Amino acid sequence: MTTRAANAYGPSAFGSDARRFLELTTTLARSEFKLRYFGSALGYVWSLMRPLLFFGVLYLFFTQILHVGKGVPHYGAYLLAGIVLWNYFGEATGTAVNCLVAREPLLRKMRFPRMVIPLSVSLTALFNLGMNTIAVFIFALANGVAPSVRWLELIPVAAGFVVLATGFAMLLSAAYVRARDVAPIWEVVLQAWFYCSPIMYLATKYGQEFGRGFEKLALVNPPGMLLTQMGHALIGGPSFPSANTAAGTGPVLAAVLIIVGVFVVGWAFFIREAPRLAENL
Amino acid sequence: MSAILSAKGHADRAPSPESKSPAVTVIHVSKTFRLPHQRYQTLKERALHPWRSRTFDVLRAVQDVSIEIPAGEFFGIVGRNGSGKSTLLKCLAGIYDIDEGELKINGRLSPFIELGVGFNPDLTARDNVIINGIMLGLSRKEAAERFDDVIAFAELEEFVDLKLKNYSSGMYVRLAFATAVQVDADIFLIDEVLAVGDANFQQKCFDELTRLQRAGRTMLFVTHDMGAIERFCDRAMLLERGRVVAVDDPASIARQYNQRNFRRTRQELGVADSELPPENPAAEVHDAVFESPTGEVAITSTQGEPCTVRMDVHFTEDVDDPIFAIALANESGQAVFSTNTDAQRIPTGHFAAGEDASVRLRFDNWLSPGRYQLIASVARAGFGADLFDAHMSNSIIVLADKPGGGLADLPHTLRIERG
Repeated sequence: MTTRAANAYGPSAFGSDARRFLELTTTLARSEFKLRYFGSALGYVWSLMRPLLFFGVLYLFFTQILHVGKGVPHYGAYLLAGIVLWNYFGEATGTAVNCLVAREPLLRKMRFPRMVIPLSVSLTALFNLGMNTIAVFIFALANGVAPSVRWLELIPVAAGFVVLATGFAMLLSAAYVRARDVAPIWEVVLQAWFYCSPIMYLATKYGQEFGRGFEKLALVNPPGMLLTQMGHALIGGPSFPSANTAAGTGPVLAAVLIIVGVFVVGWAFFIREAPRLAENL
Repeated sequence: MSAILSAKGHADRAPSPESKSPAVTVIHVSKTFRLPHQRYQTLKERALHPWRSRTFDVLRAVQDVSIEIPAGEFFGIVGRNGSGKSTLLKCLAGIYDIDEGELKINGRLSPFIELGVGFNPDLTARDNVIINGIMLGLSRKEAAERFDDVIAFAELEEFVDLKLKNYSSGMYVRLAFATAVQVDADIFLIDEVLAVGDANFQQKCFDELTRLQRAGRTMLFVTHDMGAIERFCDRAMLLERGRVVAVDDPASIARQYNQRNFRRTRQELGVADSELPPENPAAEVHDAVFESPTGEVAITSTQGEPCTVRMDVHFTEDVDDPIFAIALANESGQAVFSTNTDAQRIPTGHFAAGEDASVRLRFDNWLSPGRYQLIASVARAGFGADLFDAHMSNSIIVLADKPGGGLADLPHTLRIERG
């Protein structure tokens, strides 16, 4: 017998059935992923094309014209891995922005835990990251990077991106229901953030150009810290110190706190908004 | 389909102590929407007009509704557009949060507020049925197990791996209905969903719902179709402006609904406005039907042939020169034909209390093919006619051997001259 009081009965972020919540999230993410990869003849190729093409252009530009990557061993591997990770972050958060509004009929006509939607969007992007990572490893090996146990450290690095992206996904999707200019704002923020983060260059560049203090600041930026750590894990050597060696414990801790903070804020905001999402759409 | 629903857990439906308690209990439930006068859709607007007052209208969609629905009942909810019936259903479905009151749902609930919600046109029927099953509360395993039965009920065995975008609308609806009823629910919430699909499938859907009801399931059914209310429901509720007007047997609710709608229909028909029919009218329309040449009730009429409408009126008080009016409205509610004794300057004379009268209207049926609703009424003579009673439940289907383009197929000739 299910007898529930008024406020407990209505729509919520999680519902009361954990198994159903998980199944729903994975099923939606899988079907979305399936659509993308099997919807066209060369599904996987197309979805790899974007980061690879972008990588190709940047690689040529920076190594041949600006000579940025010169002297950095395996700069290409770092650049490609950075682009793939950033691509994940941009995709997860960018598609999350309008994910609730796009599923208006579903939200207005079906009862299911609301949190399923941003989480499934984030999960679809994660599947994509998994596929693209294969290309990164192939390139890294071809580029002469020696495989090492340190590669396992890439897992917590990716996890950091996942937590950050999911936090933003929850926050942005619910905020977009209230204010529609969240979408263009987030687009601009993503763009600026891309150039501020050490993807095309290394975080040490901040130190060389502006002084040590700025390098520390660059690593307070969560993607900056994660990407630096990624370089250390994937390639290593004196060119790729760990985030801790480069900036010290303080900035690393600050970056981790920001990641957790964004997730907690997104989580709380979404839970607060969940009961009224359907009528505010 | 029976295979699906007799699946484990539901094989025996011996009345348990639980099933004696009501399936749905609604206690003083209210739901209010805030409609801002100036809706700020963007942060920019809000930043530009920080001091502009943020006033809003309050729309009380559902007000203080209380109702108890015992398990196993087929319960109808009727009301005009905007009367709050769909909002109430969405509150029951757990889609909207209620503001006041309490909802008690005893059992598993399957809301198919609308059929085929969440279907993705780019996925196959197989994928869609399984995803939808999970959304409706099945586990992945259960959804996979029931798949064959769903497809069998929808009669779509040959099209399992076809993408939904290549389905015809009829196939789509069949798949959607079959998917929605597969869930082992105790309570079904149905919002106008059966107004789709062809007549045969509609019948099959209703048969299935009645079968489920006999098996002890509770049905909550929202509709405008008084015919369906009278045919299927055990009890019905009439809502107006979010409030309960009446909870009664279906026939009585259908009558009240029609009476309340009549005034609006008359306005739409361009007939002079009048008050709602009084409680104890001086004259009552007992019946209004289409009549066949042999005097039986007709449900179809062939184009070009004479058509007869008969209305039976009973007078409970003495009335001088009452006005008898008959109108036909098409399916979009448009009056295609309307006449009355006043406009035709036909004297009707005196009727004594207790007297009965039959009014017959004969016309050559040049209406285009379709369904027409009959509206018969009787009113007091004089300016701003004072309505005694109105009747609008019968309809007729006009059949023709060629399609008609306009509202009427007037008898005509076409001649072509050259040069």
